[in-house]
Amino acid sequence: MQKLLFTLLAFVGFSVATMAHEGYHVGETISNFSLKNVNGKNVSLSDYKDAKGFIITFTCNHCPYSVAYEDRIIALHNTYAAKGYPVIAINPNDAVQYPSDNFENMQIRAKEKKFPFVYLHDETQEVAKKFGFLRTPHMFVVQKSGDKYVVKYIGAIDDNWEDAAAVTEKYVESAVNALLNGQTVAIPNTKAIGCSIKWKK
Amino acid sequence: MVPVFGLKEYQQRVQQNNDTLYVVNMWATWCKPCVEELPYFDSLRTEWKDRPVHFIWVSHDAKSRTKQVADFLSKNNYTAEVFILSAGNPNVWIDQIEPKWSGSIPATILYKNGQKTGFHEGDFPDKKTLQDFIHAKQ
Repeated sequence: MQKLLFTLLAFVGFSVATMAHEGYHVGETISNFSLKNVNGKNVSLSDYKDAKGFIITFTCNHCPYSVAYEDRIIALHNTYAAKGYPVIAINPNDAVQYPSDNFENMQIRAKEKKFPFVYLHDETQEVAKKFGFLRTPHMFVVQKSGDKYVVKYIGAIDDNWEDAAAVTEKYVESAVNALLNGQTVAIPNTKAIGCSIKWKK
Repeated sequence: MVPVFGLKEYQQRVQQNNDTLYVVNMWATWCKPCVEELPYFDSLRTEWKDRPVHFIWVSHDAKSRTKQVADFLSKNNYTAEVFILSAGNPNVWIDQIEPKWSGSIPATILYKNGQKTGFHEGDFPDKKTLQDFIHAKQ
């Protein structure tokens, strides 16, 4: 009886911990979405007929972490788009609270930095809410499996945002390489500092 | 000047056996919700200056930006203890500070007599909410 009680308590504790963390987890299937790209045209995951998966990043114009990672995100796309894993960047910040994150400024930033990937505006924040992401930049590597998109990695790009030259662990690259080689992702979740999202008031 | 501390110095600073409550706020100059809640911390710090409560604002600005952090503090007349935390791989040290923390800032942690007594991820909507949190968790 005592053992059963312990088991029950452990289960209750686990459920509470799980419920507290909203959004997609590794192993779950994400819903397709359709968002406006900086060129004015809507983009959805199903448009990419030949993709094996995606490197989805929630980012924005103004966050220094995001800006520090821009060149590395560009490099990821340039390496992995041809291998079947293009980058999809999504800005979910509320343009009312952050005018620097509005659509026009996204277009300017995309042009300045010559983004080779799509940069989508999640104006209603509905997509961000489904992902349940907490900070920018936040990476999700998803793998296409039939007509489903399964989350394989959530977290940071690498282990050093301040200094790209001092990086020792490239988490996203390792995850995508593993998927391309038919292996499981060794480190499927990582943590990083980032600014919390400004939800619409 | 704003000092730059590693994880060991952070732990030594916040975990002390002196009956003082350490209110540690994780923030950065570029983080809007962080900057918006700093006045609540500053106001309580002034109100409670005769109590055994010590506020530490741990900045997550880049360690190359000590001057910008110092300028921000003096511009706003903030005199709380501030240091920049630079501790290597965040995927390692975030868990060492608090396993429940996703790494999102702002976040607030309370310590007393070497023990963590409270943790809050996200901003406080007003001063009273922050005050209630500290009272409940000290």
